Amino acid sequence: MEQPLRIVVAKPGLDGHDRGAKVVARVLRDAGHEVIYTGLRRTSQQIVDAVRDEDARFLGLSSLSGAHSHLFPQVCTKLVEAGLHDVIVFGGGIIPDEDRPALYDVGIRAVFGPGTPTSEILDFIQQAAAKDDAGVGQSSDWRWESSA
Amino acid sequence: MSDEFQQATGGDRRAMARLLSKIENGSVAISELPLKPFLSDTQTWSTMAITGAPGVGKSVLVDALMTQWASAGRKVALLAVDPSSPRTGGALLGDRVRMSSVDNPEINQRVYVRSIATRSSSGSVPLIVEDMATLLLACGWEHVLIETVGSGQAELRCAAVADRIVVVEGPARGDGIQAEKAGLLELADIVLVNKADLDGAERHAGELRESYSLGGEDAPVVLLTSGLKGLGVAEAAEALLSLESSGRALRARMRERLLGQHERRLVLHPSYNAVLNGLCEGTLDIEEALNTLQGD
Repeated sequence: MEQPLRIVVAKPGLDGHDRGAKVVARVLRDAGHEVIYTGLRRTSQQIVDAVRDEDARFLGLSSLSGAHSHLFPQVCTKLVEAGLHDVIVFGGGIIPDEDRPALYDVGIRAVFGPGTPTSEILDFIQQAAAKDDAGVGQSSDWRWESSA
Repeated sequence: MSDEFQQATGGDRRAMARLLSKIENGSVAISELPLKPFLSDTQTWSTMAITGAPGVGKSVLVDALMTQWASAGRKVALLAVDPSSPRTGGALLGDRVRMSSVDNPEINQRVYVRSIATRSSSGSVPLIVEDMATLLLACGWEHVLIETVGSGQAELRCAAVADRIVVVEGPARGDGIQAEKAGLLELADIVLVNKADLDGAERHAGELRESYSLGGEDAPVVLLTSGLKGLGVAEAAEALLSLESSGRALRARMRERLLGQHERRLVLHPSYNAVLNGLCEGTLDIEEALNTLQGD
């Protein structure tokens, strides 16, 4: 029998808006995955610890506060430092197009903005899970072209 | 494999987390690992189930207890179980949201929390957590707590996997007759009436004590706690550490083990999904389904 994927959904930093994260968590759950939700206002270190202890294959980061360009790379760096280079990271929230290339550069494989169909996130998960080099610290230059 | 085991027992939390997944997924059997006995002579138990109805405050109380123990230098691990969807198999594992101990850098070297979904097992805890707990103990965690799915009066599967059973109750959980009913409360080694800061907790504790007093000598202790406010937590943490088994649960434990393993065998049978489909479509009846799954 196929094993469910374990996915941590986290909200880094001072950001109290978790509707989006909850919707994504629910969609992933309904697709048969095991979603570990960390709750609001986590530090990067807390998120990395959760990914490590929960043995998650994916990490979804949500930010609506405008601090994504600072917080997302910080999480990615700490993941690699902790030896979690094979964890696949994706992000979502209010993230302007011009901010996205820098996020891809630190190993984030997809960035989803408002209006993304939830089915697209599932397609991303499926494709990324089939790769063995799409982790945050791995060599692949593959990334998902999101529609929003 | 034994490399990963070496790393895990040597303190590498990532290796340990991965090995736990492999045990959970069935790709590694606990019997393949070179385990040594681990109960130190200063402790009376190594695994403890924390069970009780949804919303009585199990997670917050467990977090408060872990903070207490870890602050006193003990290493405590938690396997927190939440339900899988019976339709899709997915799960939202939310116990971590209530855990402050894992985020406290003063103590989180001595706290490990792992969220677990029930997957295909029925009941409030999948039997595989017993093997996962065994690995944690081998990795040097002194105490493994198992927080069950929120569960009601007759859900006894937790007896199969833990040395001790803690039942968490809340205030105003029905009248005195509720306390008289048979079931989970009979197997408790201790009862914690949580949310003691709210009305009705004291009265409910009284009803439980009265009910137990009718049963004779070896009644479990009933304590009041508030995980949120910290009331009674230090006392409860102390009482739990030295908790002796009531012995009442032995037969129930063996029965739950037997039934649980039997169920696991059916669920892991290669034809399990095909048989379920057959039942849905009406091409099989229950008798035929059982015959298929009980063969090899």
